[in-house]
Amino acid sequence: MRRAFAAIIVRDIRLALRAGSDALTLVLFFVMIGIVVPFAIGPDRVLLAQLAPAIVWIAAFLASLIGIDRVFRDDFEDGTLMLLRHGTLPMELVVLAKLIVHWLLTAFPLILATPVLAVLLAMDPGALWRTVISLILGTPGLAALGAIGAGITVSLRRGGLVAPVLVLPFAIPILIFGVGAIASGIGPDLTGSARLLLAAISLMLVAIAPFAAALAVRAGED
Amino acid sequence: MSHSQDRPGFWTRLSNPGQFLIWSRPLVVPLVVVTAAVFLVGLWFALVNSPEDYQMGDTVRIMYIHVPTAWLSQFVYAVMAVSAIGTLVWRHPMADVSMKAAAPLGATFTALALYTGSLWGRPTWGTFWEWDGRMTSTLVLLLIYLGIIALWRAFEDPLRGARMVAILTLVGAINIPIVKFSVDWWATLHQPASVLRADGPTMPGSILTPLLIMFGAFTLLFIVLHLVGMRTEVRRRRIASLERRLAQRGA
Repeated sequence: MRRAFAAIIVRDIRLALRAGSDALTLVLFFVMIGIVVPFAIGPDRVLLAQLAPAIVWIAAFLASLIGIDRVFRDDFEDGTLMLLRHGTLPMELVVLAKLIVHWLLTAFPLILATPVLAVLLAMDPGALWRTVISLILGTPGLAALGAIGAGITVSLRRGGLVAPVLVLPFAIPILIFGVGAIASGIGPDLTGSARLLLAAISLMLVAIAPFAAALAVRAGED
Repeated sequence: MSHSQDRPGFWTRLSNPGQFLIWSRPLVVPLVVVTAAVFLVGLWFALVNSPEDYQMGDTVRIMYIHVPTAWLSQFVYAVMAVSAIGTLVWRHPMADVSMKAAAPLGATFTALALYTGSLWGRPTWGTFWEWDGRMTSTLVLLLIYLGIIALWRAFEDPLRGARMVAILTLVGAINIPIVKFSVDWWATLHQPASVLRADGPTMPGSILTPLLIMFGAFTLLFIVLHLVGMRTEVRRRRIASLERRLAQRGA
């Protein structure tokens, strides 16, 4: 069972690395938001540094919404998902493997690219450090919500647009605590508690997602 | 023995779609009459027979619409969540129908709560919209309702759609308290709860009585609309299946 689990992860990563690189496109999108926003706000470095946590999180938020559809879509269309469903590995574990791959391919590269945004948005090293930690804590929750949305919409041909609309309201707490875990200086310092709450929400969503998404994938196929 | 075999059990009769149409039919008109009566009494109390607020004046009367619709915005979600369990556990068609009929009602009540709240906020707080905890979480609830409706509309097959919506509704039921808590954490300006509190209500009876009557009226309104919506949905499905059969015969 452990081997099958690992096999799915290795296969999906290999497929993603060989067949073009969605991951790089997402990173490009993420960095581009950081480049475009200053054009709208103006080149004021003080203001940009103040808004930087919000900009980084919005960029990560949008990038994760864009990536949702790729979680199950290809496997559904070429029948792999059907085969996996009749294999020995329970669907819940298949979904968990997909979730891990999804995080590795869409969220992890963003975290690696964050220093670029930090330079562009005039963040100081302390803020960059806090941003990276908050992204590491928050993105698994975003990925888990994305997996649930992808599972629910996988049997829809137009699922690509519906899933982000479904997921977005539920992701608001992650955005709130994600930015809360970075921002400091104004009012009482709540970054510590925000960080813990962000981690709690992520853990809970990662725990729920395999069951909810597996239920949806099974219901979508019969 | 044969008697009990002929007559289906109480729950079967209650929940069979055909039987549902039969037993719910005589309920509709009396329920409409009772709802209208309770509304008349409640509105009379609310508009005529209740005092002005010493600070807010007549605008306090908006509360008699605002608070019941806000309560229903959450109650309807609870109805949907219970129906979602019925869909997933028992795969019951009436649970699907109940979920589907409740979603637009919940969205409407939530929108009404936001609308009346913003009408009330303009004269008392001086702004139509304030990003405070409760208003924001109600707005998020509206987004969730709209997402659920969008998902219903995306599926052509209502049976498959029902299960997907049920999963989303239950994930939402776990998530909504978190959204509410996080939004409260994020900003707090709204006054704290004043009706349902451990140490009893803080309102005088002259305002509480009409408010409670309006609670009853709006809840009845939801029950009537839900019942009629479910009847319509059962009929709609019946028509769809008849059309399918007709098309098959033609082919």
